Amino acid sequence: MIVELGHFTLILALMVACVQMILPMIGAQTGRRSLMATAVPTAILQLILIGVSFAALTYAFVQSDFSLRIVVENSHTLKPMLYKISGVWGNHEGSLLLWVLILALFGASAALFGGNLPHKLRARVLSVQGSIGVAFLAFMILTSNPFERLTEPPFNGNDLNPLLQDPGLAFHPPFLYLGYVGMSMAFSFAIAALIEGRVDAAWGRWVRPWTLAAWVFLTIGIAMGSWWAYYELGWGGFWFWDPVENASFMPWLIATALLHSAIVVEKRESLKSWTMLLAILAFGFSLIGTFIVRSGVITSVHAFANDPERGVFILMILAVFMGGALMLYAARASTLETKGVFGLVSRETALVLNNLLLAVSCFVVFVGTIWPLVAEMLWQRKLSVGAPFFDAAFSPFIVLLALALPLGSILAWKRGKLGRSFGQLWGALVLAIALGALVFALQTGRSALGPVGAALGAWVVFGAVNDMWGRTGRGAVRLGRLLRLPRADWGRGFSHAGLGVTVFAVSAITAWQSEDIRVVQLGETFPLGAYMITLDAVEDAPGPNYAAQIATMIIHANGQEVNRLYPEKRFYPVQGMPTTEAAIDQGFFRDIYLVLGDKQEVGGWAVRSYLKPFANWIWGGCLMMALGGFLSLSDRRHRVAAGARPTQGQPHEN
Amino acid sequence: MKIRDLSLFFKALVLILNLGVGAVAWAVQPDEILSDPALETRARSLSQELRCLVCRNENIDESHAELARDLRVLVRERLQEGDTDTEALAFITARYGEYVLLMPRATGANWVLYLSGPLMLIIGAGLAFLFVRRRSVAPDEAPLSVQDQAQLAGILAQAQKSELKDPPQ
Repeated sequence: MIVELGHFTLILALMVACVQMILPMIGAQTGRRSLMATAVPTAILQLILIGVSFAALTYAFVQSDFSLRIVVENSHTLKPMLYKISGVWGNHEGSLLLWVLILALFGASAALFGGNLPHKLRARVLSVQGSIGVAFLAFMILTSNPFERLTEPPFNGNDLNPLLQDPGLAFHPPFLYLGYVGMSMAFSFAIAALIEGRVDAAWGRWVRPWTLAAWVFLTIGIAMGSWWAYYELGWGGFWFWDPVENASFMPWLIATALLHSAIVVEKRESLKSWTMLLAILAFGFSLIGTFIVRSGVITSVHAFANDPERGVFILMILAVFMGGALMLYAARASTLETKGVFGLVSRETALVLNNLLLAVSCFVVFVGTIWPLVAEMLWQRKLSVGAPFFDAAFSPFIVLLALALPLGSILAWKRGKLGRSFGQLWGALVLAIALGALVFALQTGRSALGPVGAALGAWVVFGAVNDMWGRTGRGAVRLGRLLRLPRADWGRGFSHAGLGVTVFAVSAITAWQSEDIRVVQLGETFPLGAYMITLDAVEDAPGPNYAAQIATMIIHANGQEVNRLYPEKRFYPVQGMPTTEAAIDQGFFRDIYLVLGDKQEVGGWAVRSYLKPFANWIWGGCLMMALGGFLSLSDRRHRVAAGARPTQGQPHEN
Repeated sequence: MKIRDLSLFFKALVLILNLGVGAVAWAVQPDEILSDPALETRARSLSQELRCLVCRNENIDESHAELARDLRVLVRERLQEGDTDTEALAFITARYGEYVLLMPRATGANWVLYLSGPLMLIIGAGLAFLFVRRRSVAPDEAPLSVQDQAQLAGILAQAQKSELKDPPQ
């Protein structure tokens, strides 16, 4: 009954979305307020309806209702409650339901908190948002209905993939989707502005908080996915350039560019049409990501050709939205007059450079991701594009970006002085080079990656510190002023420094990690860097829905016990699948990463151990970036000004 | 977004493993490692350039599949027989096809892949430069008159006074 209710509200949500798409747009075009006013209640109603639907599906998973096909395929009565709930979105149909739930959430928040937007703009934004809802709700109901029943329910389910039964991954998709789908707001604002033919500083101000929020979630989501891969896949890799990862990384790159170019629109009324294009592309890449992941086209062209229904549907959504948006853009972009004038050396130029590097790096990732597909379709050439290619093709962009960042962020608007800005950065430059040289001296006979990464990371971090300090002006009260700087300034400092930390950490772990693979007898001790590690015992232990073998390993340093770790091998009988659970001694400067392998026929166990320097700094840097975004979002300039501006500044509301 | 693909991939993996020996091998095994550390280092870095053919986007160094193990052993055999890195890669590519290389060869149409990034950067930089220059040659505002300058100085002095009383938020 409850399941039927969920199914019913889902169909109802599609109807409401149709109303939300059509009526407000007609109202905005013809100037009828009563029609425009339908946007707000329909957006809120849509959230409620999809919310009920989502709750019903969650209920089915919690109750293990095996008359539902996706519950059978993804759940099991013995599965822990946390994973019963995360199983809701751990599959194709359920993840789409989460997708539309978040879409409706953004739509309803724009309806609730957008009271200060001009009525026409709000009606159009919500209408575009509604049209996205129509497309995806129809996609779900027609091709991927989560509420499909089985005529003969089995007694138990197939369980969720054991690799996904992990707290890190349980909450990874919701964050990622909040980011992906959040890009739809920037898209809707861009389309609404193009239809209206008016983009001004106020538009930049309204669209920035939404983009920023989506960007923060996307950053957290990507970092969580990377962290999960690090501890769960069993060898401590953190980024694989997998098509699915690239699918989330491309919108992130474009969104980062969009955040920066929207600042130029807001402060200098320049770069307007480019910003529109970025807003369209950011959502376009979210859709492409959805297509790549949901159609299975990357796994195998043939799998896609055999079961093309879903893939073709998403491709059509992509074609309609991107084709339509780009045509509208082509027709209207020239009317967006750019006002701001700026010199060759200025903050504006620096931000253009930022956008150029981010957009081209995204293009490189995009071409690399789809190249196997293109080569196979056009030349019947079966080839792979993997991590070595992406490392080589993408890294130069990050290096250039990191080199330019400290200088660009302190250049003055409109007309900067290169010499003067550079003069402020001497300290940061000297410190960074000194640190790189120190690292070079400490490490002997290893690659240049370590010292270069250290210098580059330090340059960005010190540059951010210098930027903050430079805003405090002169005199004795600088420290006090530092604390009273606007939160947006703190946000910028944190985000930029976070990038530096991540750049450093990635080069450090790549250059300096060490690894040891060997057969260890019970009670045997072996060295790993400066540590001694003893395999003390291996015991059988049952888990809730798996059987495990747990090793006890003792880490010593200088004769003192540092920690005891318990790496596991698990076997999940329902899915017939073994997993390894690495055990990690996390430290500020290094992780000790232990993996238990197979029992050897000659006695003893295969053991793999890694020393991973600065591992946590990778995600620490990502968290700093996200925290920076959050600080900036909480700045009262965003809240107050975004609200105050339209009521005063837009008297000619028509 | 990862979820479904991973689960498909692992279902496929489990199937393959069940058809095979039964025991699961985990990445590089102790018995594969060569006694010569220099050769082993070369073998490890070559392994990272080669794709496990039955997995999705995993190199043979990290893969758990039996086939990846066979390939790892093959790489080591070639190196022990005195192959250079290029020869070893060529040997394996000849056997398993271009698909096995994670860094595609820069031949034929693949030039598009390699050149599209740099070309886009050059075109983008050119367009950006033209845009910025067009913006910067727009007419300069007339320099301030003496009167204006005096007025400006007055405003600035006042602003400084008020800032001393009420530091910037």
